[in-house]
Amino acid sequence: MGHDANTEMSERSGIDRDAVKPRRGRGRRGEELQVPEAEFRSYYGRPIIKAPVWKNPDVPLYLFLGGLAATSSGLGALGGATGRPTLRRTGRLAAAGGAIGGTVFLVHDLHRPSRFHHMLRVLKPTSPLSVGTWILSPFATFAAATAAAELTEPVLRGRGASTLAGLVRRAGGASGAASAVIGPALGTYTAVLFSNTAVPTWHEAHRILPVVFAGSAAAAGGGMGLVGASVRDNEPAARLGVAGAIVELVAGSSMERSLGLLGDVYHKGRAGTLMKASKACLAAGAVGTLLGRKRRWSAALSGLALMAGSALTRFGVFDAGIASANDPAHIVVPQRERLRQRQSTNETTQAPPDRAFA
Amino acid sequence: MSLFEAFSGTANSLSGPLPDPTTDAGWSGDHPKRVGFFTDTSVCIGCKACEVACKEWNLVPDDGTDASDLYRLTGMSYDNTGDLGSSTWRHVAFIEDVRPHGSATAAHGGQQTGFLPAGLPAVHGGGNGHTPRDADTAPPGGGTVDLLSLLPDDGAHGQQTPDDERDVRWLMASDVCKHCTHAGCLDVCPTGALFRTEFGTVVVQDDICNGCGYCVPSCPYGVIDVRESDGGAHKCTLCYDRLGEGLEPACAKACPTNSIQFGDLDELQAAADARLAELHGRGVHEARLYGRDPDDGVGGDGAFFLLLDEPEVYGMPPDPIVTTRDLPEMWRNAALTAVGLGAAVVAAFWGGRR
Ligand code: SF4
Repeated sequence: MGHDANTEMSERSGIDRDAVKPRRGRGRRGEELQVPEAEFRSYYGRPIIKAPVWKNPDVPLYLFLGGLAATSSGLGALGGATGRPTLRRTGRLAAAGGAIGGTVFLVHDLHRPSRFHHMLRVLKPTSPLSVGTWILSPFATFAAATAAAELTEPVLRGRGASTLAGLVRRAGGASGAASAVIGPALGTYTAVLFSNTAVPTWHEAHRILPVVFAGSAAAAGGGMGLVGASVRDNEPAARLGVAGAIVELVAGSSMERSLGLLGDVYHKGRAGTLMKASKACLAAGAVGTLLGRKRRWSAALSGLALMAGSALTRFGVFDAGIASANDPAHIVVPQRERLRQRQSTNETTQAPPDRAFA
Repeated sequence: MSLFEAFSGTANSLSGPLPDPTTDAGWSGDHPKRVGFFTDTSVCIGCKACEVACKEWNLVPDDGTDASDLYRLTGMSYDNTGDLGSSTWRHVAFIEDVRPHGSATAAHGGQQTGFLPAGLPAVHGGGNGHTPRDADTAPPGGGTVDLLSLLPDDGAHGQQTPDDERDVRWLMASDVCKHCTHAGCLDVCPTGALFRTEFGTVVVQDDICNGCGYCVPSCPYGVIDVRESDGGAHKCTLCYDRLGEGLEPACAKACPTNSIQFGDLDELQAAADARLAELHGRGVHEARLYGRDPDDGVGGDGAFFLLLDEPEVYGMPPDPIVTTRDLPEMWRNAALTAVGLGAAVVAAFWGGRR
């Protein structure tokens, strides 16, 4: 909330001020351009749409924590059902921690946080943020209850209140199952949250972004399981983490390719660096998991790498969207192309010349 | 719209032509007619009376000054507000179109009209012909693009007037919220702070808005923004308070050339069509209507324009589409992916040791 416009601007774009300054010289960036410069006209090169005012790191962290919680809830529930106590405990605590932490970041991201509850006035299917609020709220409630049960049950048992402990265990199992059922929706709706904007790089990726985010959620939850569960219990986490990393790597690259001109933001600037780092972490984490799952320390290290890769993807996608929104070429060039194609298909049935709609 | 409609894509009110968005939004049939603006930029003189009247009537605060520049001079033209925003609800774009004599060609989208040639020269990149454009170098705060570098002749300096070597044309246009038929900002608002009024306009209720900022990147025109000082999203209300009293909006009232016309939308559309035909008849072939077409990506605008060049020259998107047009498909994809993710978690336990 700085009064200085420079601070405001850095806050809003979430990128460092130097990175958005127009550059005069032909710097190293020139060589990284993946696509030929498109010719387009604009109003003095200014952005056409407004970049998100969502805060960094709040929103990317929320995405990461939501994904982490989404899959951890499943690992916790099934870990309990299949007799893997350390995986159950890790999953349950991570689900609650992720959901609560994510909620805190989401509220903090609001520019009027004290009005968070206004989100609960309505349920609007046209607003992914509204739908997401109604996914997150029950999920966080169930996950927190599950974690509370996980923590209190041994205490009660230690004090000899075994009937009560049994009740708590069953309640925890039920709420854990409920959070595990909601979890996958929490892990993928965030892709709709981003794609349902006018930001070209996000919107045009709307078919594949849910897959990228689902992969990212699986890598994060699996990674967490590898960090927290014993070698005896960690096999499902290892499988999920490796599968998530592979899906995220493949879907992420395919997204960057299929975006064409709009994909340039993934190959330069801070988003480019983040995406490269993410890929390195995911690959290292997946290989480390395959080779070292059976040793406690290497399993934990691989899990951390998977989680880092997942988080870096979220930060990278976020930054790429900011860069895309700030680039008038991302608006003008594809829309001109769209108009041109429409005109050439309509050539024969073209409107009367006096109706020259722009 | 019900949840089922949203997910199945059977809802028809997300895009396409919609004759009566007011009733679609739930108002009873006897609401007032839809109103709007027709901004005829061919008679705009760039006086900014609209900007001032809007600020005064709506008590819109100072735009905030650039640290480096007390008066927020953008350094690109006589435009010193730069773009629409939370504290700029009318923005007068000011384009100095300078080029050597006779350099207008079809490649520039210009047509020889007997007037000065149309259009700024196509530039490589974001406004600086010598720098490779890239996403990171766009100036979101504005203000640092050097107009002189746009000139075809590197030696040109200072204000230009038509002379033996150059043609100059000044384009001025007062931009405003389009009050879209399918408004992205309204669709995505999670609190219901944004709503459609009985006049068919789109307005933020400040006492509901919690500053989530979702409307900001969802507007295909870059209109609405969050104000740092109070955390709320703000934009043109089409003077909702004045409409209720039977008054026209402050900007239209203040406009000395009638460039900003206020009225019932159907009448404005008829007036605009007539004006376009008149200009074309006088040989101004570059005149075109923007936002008039109910078949466009936002179902037509409540505030539409007559422009003398391509929309992007004025900072407007050439073919905006409301993002929620694709929302049913997005929900389906996300739901399918969620099922896949759940299955992956279950599969991870498959056949494992108990
Ligand atoms: S989407 Fe943008 S132009 Fe349309 S009504 Fe909302 S703020 Fe105005």
